[in-house]
This record gives sequence, C-alpha cells and structure tokens, in this order.
Amino acid sequence: MKRLLSTLAFAGVMGLSAVAAQAQTKPSKLEQVKSKGFVQCGVSQGLPGFSNPNDKGEWSGLDVEFCRAVAAAIFGDATKVKFTPLSAKDRFTALQSGDIDILSRNTTWTITRDTSLGLNFTGVTYYDGQGFMIRKDKKVNSALELSGASVCTQTGTTTEQNLADYFRANNMTYEVIAFATNDEVVKAYDAGRCDVLTTDRSGLAGERLKLTNPDDHIVLPEIISKEPLGPVVAHGDDQWFDIVKWVLFAQLNAEELGVNSKNVDDQLKNATNPEVKRLVGTEGKYGEGLGLGNDWGYLIIKNVGNYGEMYDRTVGPDTPLKLSRGLNALWNKGGIQYAPPIR
Amino acid sequence: MTDLAGPVGGHEKSSFINDPKVRSIGLQLIALIVVIFLGWSFAENARDNLAAQKIATGFGFLDNTAGFGINQTLIPYSETSTYGRAFVVGLLNTILVAVVGIFLATIIGFLVGIGRLSKNFMVRTISTVYVEVLRNLPPLFQILFWYLAVLSAMPGPRNSISLFGEVFISNRGIIIPRPLFGDGAGIVLWSIGFALLGSILFRHWAASRQEETGRRLPVLWVSLALFIGLPLAAMIATGFPISFETPVLKGFNFAGGIQVIPEFVALTVALATYTAAFIAENVRAGIQSVSHGQTEAAHSLGLRNGQTLRLVVIPQAMRVIIPPLTSQYLNLTKNSSLAVGIGYPDLVAVFAGTSLNQTGQAIEIIAITMGVYLLLSIITAIIMNAYNKRVALVER
Repeated sequence: MKRLLSTLAFAGVMGLSAVAAQAQTKPSKLEQVKSKGFVQCGVSQGLPGFSNPNDKGEWSGLDVEFCRAVAAAIFGDATKVKFTPLSAKDRFTALQSGDIDILSRNTTWTITRDTSLGLNFTGVTYYDGQGFMIRKDKKVNSALELSGASVCTQTGTTTEQNLADYFRANNMTYEVIAFATNDEVVKAYDAGRCDVLTTDRSGLAGERLKLTNPDDHIVLPEIISKEPLGPVVAHGDDQWFDIVKWVLFAQLNAEELGVNSKNVDDQLKNATNPEVKRLVGTEGKYGEGLGLGNDWGYLIIKNVGNYGEMYDRTVGPDTPLKLSRGLNALWNKGGIQYAPPIR
Repeated sequence: MTDLAGPVGGHEKSSFINDPKVRSIGLQLIALIVVIFLGWSFAENARDNLAAQKIATGFGFLDNTAGFGINQTLIPYSETSTYGRAFVVGLLNTILVAVVGIFLATIIGFLVGIGRLSKNFMVRTISTVYVEVLRNLPPLFQILFWYLAVLSAMPGPRNSISLFGEVFISNRGIIIPRPLFGDGAGIVLWSIGFALLGSILFRHWAASRQEETGRRLPVLWVSLALFIGLPLAAMIATGFPISFETPVLKGFNFAGGIQVIPEFVALTVALATYTAAFIAENVRAGIQSVSHGQTEAAHSLGLRNGQTLRLVVIPQAMRVIIPPLTSQYLNLTKNSSLAVGIGYPDLVAVFAGTSLNQTGQAIEIIAITMGVYLLLSIITAIIMNAYNKRVALVER
C-alpha cells in the first residue's frame, strides 16, 4: 500500500508539474544566456569560410565570427560561445526547440522560413546566389547545356527548390541526388555519382577546396537565384531579436565609420565624431534598450572587429576562398551592405 | 451450515476498499486518468508553444506543391506534385527496399545458417566468418561501404560496362531495357496468370495422386513447361506485341530503359547481407533445436540428407525460426531509414527530411512517419503470425 501511494503521489506530482511548467513565465533569452554563461550557436557541419573546424578543433569562418561578436556584446568575451554543428535538414528544428540561441549557418532568408517556421531573420551577413560546378572535361560552358545531367545537392535547402525551378523554367530534365550533409554531397560529386554540384556560389568556393583536384572543376557563369544568407533567431523574444540584429548593424556601421579592432581603443578616448562616439558608447545610452552595457559596440569591435575585417579574415580575396566583396561591399563602395544608423 | 455461512458473511462485511477486484479496477482507472491527463497536458503545451512561436499547424500542407525533385519514383511524380504525393513516393521507395531486402536476406540467411552446420570445413568456416563479421559491424557503416565500393569501382556513363549491348552498368546505376507493351500484350500477361493457376492446380493433383498411388510426378518440370510454353504460345499467336526499348547514351547519361540507382543497390545489398547474418543464427538455432533422433529416424526410412533436411528437419525448425525471423524483418524495414546517409529517397529522407524542412510541420510529419513505420511493423507481424499459426505444432 505504501508503495502504491507513493506511485500515485509521483504520478500526481508529474501531472501538476506539467501544468505548472505551462503557467510559469519563462526568463528572457538574454537572461537565459547570461545565466548559462555562453551563447549556444548553430553552425554548419563544415563549410570552409563560413563555419569549419580547423585542425585544432577550433571553429572558424564568417558565421562563426558573427556568433563570437554576439558573445562579445553580451559578455565582453568573444570566446563565450558554444557551437552546435547542424545539417541543413535539422537546423530549424534545433532553433525552434530552443537547443540553440542563434542559427548562424549560411541560411537563406525566404518568406516561408520567416513567416511560418517560427523564425526571425536578423539581417544579411552574406549576399549570395546559387551556382553550378562541373568537371572541366565535360566541356560545358553554360548552365543551359545541363539538360539530362545528374545533380548532387543537399536536402532541405532552397538550393533543391531553385534547381527544380531553373530546370523546369528552361525545359531541361535532370536527376537529383540529395544528401543530408555537405560532406556527402562533395564525396558523391568527387566519386562521379553526379555531373554537377549545385549550391550557393560561396559554398561552391568552399567545397571546391575539399575535392581531390580542385583545379579540374569550373563554376559555371549563371547565378540562378538570390540567396541572402544571415543569422536567425526564434520567434517570441523581441529583445533577443534586437540584440542579434544590432550586433551586425554595429559591425557594418563600424566599417563605414572606419572604426576597426586596431583603432577602437584610440577612438574610445579621442573620437570627436558623434557617430563614432555613439557606436563606442561614449555618448548616449544605446545599450540600455538592448539590455546590454553602453559599451556593447566597443566590445564587439574590440574583440571581433568590424564587418570588413571579419569578411577579409574568412572569405575575402586573401583567403583560400578568394571571394571579392562584390555585393557585400558597403553601400557607398559599390555594394549593397547597408545598416540603419545608431542614434 | 453455519460454518459455511461464516466466511460468506465475513466477506460481505469486509470493507469495499479491500476487495481485490474493486481495487485493481480502481487503480487501473486512476492510472488511465493520469496517463490521459499527462498526454492531454503535453499536447496542450505543444500547441501553446507552437502558437506562441507562430508556427503553422495542421495537415493542410500536404496539398501544397512540393517543388523538389526525387530521383527514384515508382509512381508519376514531378516538382509540381504535392507533399502528399512526395510522401507516397517516399513510402513506396521504403517498401521496395524492405520487400527486396527481406527476400534476399531470407535466402542468404537460410543458406548461411545451414552452412554453419555443414560437415564441410570450408563451408562451415566461411559461414561462421560471414556471420561474425557482418553481425558485428554497424549497418550504416556497411551501407556506406557498399555505396562507396559500388560507386568507386564503376566507370562513368560514357565508359560503362555493357552486357550484350542491352544492359549498362556505370556509376549512375544499372540501366536495363524497358519493356514496351503493344496490342495484344494483355493476352500474353494473362497467359502468365493461367500458367500460375495451372501449375498450382497440377501441384494439388500431383499431391493427391502421390497419396493414392505413391508415385511422384515431376511437378517442377511441368510448372516450368507451363510458365515458358503458355506465354510463348501467346506471343506467337498475337505476333510478338512486347518489345524492349534499349537504353542509349545521350548527352550526360542514358536515355530510355529502366535505371536501377546505385543508392538502391547499395542500401538493399547492405541491409540484406547484414540482416542475413542474424537470420542465419536463427536458422542455426532452429535446426539445432530439432532432436537428432528425427534425423536418424528419417535416415532409417531411407531419406537422403537433402530430403531429411527439406522434409523433416526444416519444417520442425520453422516453429523456432519464425518468431525471431519476424523481428529481423521488422529490423530490416526500420533500418532502411539509414538511406538518408547515401541519398536514397526513402520515406525518412523525402518526407521526414526534405518535406519537414521545407514546411516546418515537424509534429505532423513526425507523427505521420511514426504511424507509417508502426503500420508497416504491424502488417509484417500479422502476416508472419498467420504463417506461424499455420506451421505451429498441432497438439492432440
């Protein structure tokens, strides 16, 4: 009887706690992040230039550095990030279920994802477009000659849908072989399972480095889609949404104002430009609205740098990916990167 | 009499709560209520959270356009088809692997299982090594091994291995001619049906003949003659209506013919050989469970070794083999979801992968997928249980 009673009591408590969990108001995302002491960031499973573990097991790349910038804004320490490698197929579920705080994983901003998956896109860290890579010895010079080709791609990507649209629009047939991870796609393409590998052009540049003979392959000139890639947060916490959004805007504004990780200390002391002073926090209280310290902008630039620095270190012309700024140059330098002002 | 009435009266007096029957029903009721309440609050919780995050819910998405391609479809499918149709395509691909895999695994499993008990040293050793190696390696590893081994060994489509200029093997798979059905082809197909019916009837008749006269008729040869003769006669009568479309190399790949994709080959072979190792052990255990006296009795009746095995030992062993065999069939079906590792478009890859990702309807899609695997398992179990009942020992 005693055991029976305790079993019943246990079941009752379980039931009550399920209800209680429902009624409780959850702490804000910022409070959660502060109390656990790090930002949990979802990244790709390995895409050179964007998020890729190096030989020491440290993550590097544009998407990775962005997460570090968010950590710098909150903790003043860019190392307070933990990374979760995610396949394209699993990334949104991880964010929806709260396993990660930010998804920073070369993810295209689309209306479906923004409106019906419970997600918020915070901005564009890389303006991209989908392209095709093929072996040089196939002697193909245009994507319009690809009718009948086998195409390798990753499942659960906009790539897969653009591919279908493009071949349909141009009355061409194709066979798609879709894999769950990037590495599988690259391996299958390298083994000759398919004639063509398709993904975002920045991705092609990164994946090419993984092939046995990178020089045997060319990227075809056609860009068949717009792929604005950027960080994503879950619906339901506007403050967190604002923080992630403004970290990128601060980095873009910093580049525009010529503030970088090397001169930011000097600017903190001697700046006369009010825009710079607002960015580094010596004028106004712009951190308050975000729930951060007023030096949030300074901390980002000091610990990670401005957008241009981040770009040059990860995907720029001096990296193995050799991607020129193109669309990703600032609006006043021929590109379309543009951030709302800090004021 | 008072002695008898005593306990009865005592029972009536005892507290209602102490009645074991009332107690057990009452407690089960309470448990049921708690379970229902918990389930309800979980569902409520999920619904509230989805609403708070503004995630769309419901099954309406099944009618939306899928917009992605699938490279193996048993029914017509295009990028303009719906998610509902993509689901059916994935389901059929899963069933195809399961059925072909189970068929192959059963044959290999029985051969290896019998081989493990062979008196021949070589056969016995090879069977033992087979079982020990395949049983102990993870299935995903074996699938990847087959996929990469199959792929890297094969030439590209332009240098493909050709068999009689009709069948082509390359790293795009195996391409075989596609049958084209002209006028009168229906008659030929019907004749195959008649051949099947005829051979079943003949088998029955031959069995009853044997019981009456003790003479055995050549059932196999007559059936074969029926299966070859009838369609052949029909073909000649209708003027050869069935022709074959030979695949031809065009551009990047072969056009025409039926393509068996390497993902299918790798997945099916890997699952069949892996599961066969377990089936082999079931078969060995089953055979060993039949007492040796049965074999000796059969031998003393003058049956040869093969006949003893086929007519005496295996039928009795089946009773031990079938229950674990069912669970191996279920395992093979479930393991087919490892397809996602090599890009075979099975239910999990197409529906719980791509469709889920594009629509974000995680709860609905996972629920449907779980339901399907449950249903496949139940169907397999029902068929196998029916068969088990038929061969079970009839005790008198």
